Amino acid sequence: MHLYLPIAGLSVNALVIVLLGGLVGVLSGMFGVGGGFLTTPLLIFYGVPPAVAVASSATQITGSSVSGLLAHSRRQGVDFRMGTVLVAGGAIGSVLGGLVFRLLQKTGQIDTVLSLLYVALLGWIGLTMARESLASVLAEKRGRPPPPPIKRHRRLIAMLPLRWRFYGAGLYISPLAPFALGLLSGMLTVLMGVSGGFILVPAMIYVLGVSARVVVGTSLFQGLFVTAATTIVHATTTRSVDIVLAGLLLVGSVIGAQLGAGLVQRVRAEHARLVLAVIVLAIAIRMALGLGWRPEEIYTVQPL
Amino acid sequence: MRAARAVVALAAPLLVGAAEPRLVPDVSDTRIAIAYSFTGAELLLFGAIVYPDGHPPAHPPDIAVVVKGPAEPLLVREKAKIAGIWMNHASERFRSVPSFYALATTRPLDKILSARTAAIYELGTANLLLSPASGGPADQQQRFAAGLMDLKRRSGLYAEHVGDVSIQQGALYRARVPVPARVPVGSYTAETFLIQDGRIVAVASRDIDIDKTGFERFVATAADRWPLGYALAAVGLSLLLGWLAATVFRRRPR
Repeated sequence: MHLYLPIAGLSVNALVIVLLGGLVGVLSGMFGVGGGFLTTPLLIFYGVPPAVAVASSATQITGSSVSGLLAHSRRQGVDFRMGTVLVAGGAIGSVLGGLVFRLLQKTGQIDTVLSLLYVALLGWIGLTMARESLASVLAEKRGRPPPPPIKRHRRLIAMLPLRWRFYGAGLYISPLAPFALGLLSGMLTVLMGVSGGFILVPAMIYVLGVSARVVVGTSLFQGLFVTAATTIVHATTTRSVDIVLAGLLLVGSVIGAQLGAGLVQRVRAEHARLVLAVIVLAIAIRMALGLGWRPEEIYTVQPL
Repeated sequence: MRAARAVVALAAPLLVGAAEPRLVPDVSDTRIAIAYSFTGAELLLFGAIVYPDGHPPAHPPDIAVVVKGPAEPLLVREKAKIAGIWMNHASERFRSVPSFYALATTRPLDKILSARTAAIYELGTANLLLSPASGGPADQQQRFAAGLMDLKRRSGLYAEHVGDVSIQQGALYRARVPVPARVPVGSYTAETFLIQDGRIVAVASRDIDIDKTGFERFVATAADRWPLGYALAAVGLSLLLGWLAATVFRRRPR
């Protein structure tokens, strides 16, 4: 079934887009990652202009975040206080991200800079997650009790002034730490059309030490607000939000997110984390290789 | 000297017009509407060749049809391997790049026209004037232009259809030009060239509008005129669908 996308300016197979949304939705519900890291490149591969792919996938993440968030909040899986701090950081981050985006776009180095940034970030996060989750999975296989989660006392974070209690997260830390984290993920949302969850989930677990039970829900809560802000930023500046494309993706992803949230209850947390670690590492490796391979297109065109 | 020759060549059909054949052209659509199910269209350009003495010559003439989209300025970037990484290293501006260019001819272009005449009339993708604006060295401009052409050709926006024009009894011609789904909107021109003995003896032009209609037009206009409202509608749609899915799934018996 072919459908014409009014902003992207091309016809797509509606079913393919809905299925793509569904796949991304399952990931979103399971891991709290928006799946933009999959949607954006796949849409570009399908022939959607990059700017439209980035902007419309941000719109789609909003929908799958609501869907996943409602599922998680019914299970008390959201720390709203931490979420609010993350949103505040994310709002400022998305404005900063917009400025950086324009600067890099002018010099034409946006792709390279983002790829490098991603390889470094994903490589680090993926390795940390893989090591930790593999250790718990192996310990369990040998019949030993899994090693107790190490409450890492990060000196840098502990040094920050002004401590708040985050009950859901089980933390007593300065709000400045989650604020900075929100800022970083907000920038990435605007730059890449990915929800910050990709960075946020591992960072909350391994850097802040947030209780695993609320990590996914809280990350979805932050992603919801930040991607909504991103949609507005893109619609008013780059004018590249395609509501038909976003709608098709949404139909798939909101259903997928519900399935994913249900699935995560039946899967062991460390197994789910191991799967996410493998996905993250695979993307990091693919991106690192992509930097060195001769690209398919040597020439790219930008309208003036 | 070259400019003077170009002027003479352009004016030639007008100067000798009285004794030359004329073209009476038409197109199947002067308006192509892009609606939700648009997967491309086919333009039919047809018409009659009217000879001054009423008889087609023994040696039949050739027809070339050009459909051209609105021109736009473009920036083309080139990647190169720097320190082991492929990145953009150079760019070139082009002031007027046709967003769409299709040429249909009765026979291969080089068989019916000299290279110089083809260049004067900008016939063929190789002869398009893209007006490079960066003032770089000529070989660099050519390299970028070739890269741009290759991109356009592979996306189906530049095409040459040899043999897609047929002439019936030397007097009626018809050309089919496919228009791909990702064609940009705007005002297009369809030009028909009558070529005899390596000379262009008559030119006729028609305008074609390609525009979005119905819902697609509404969406495109809304995004352009009321960006904030459009953004809120997009966010609202995603919130609604997300909430709807969550509600439906909660009601579902487990």
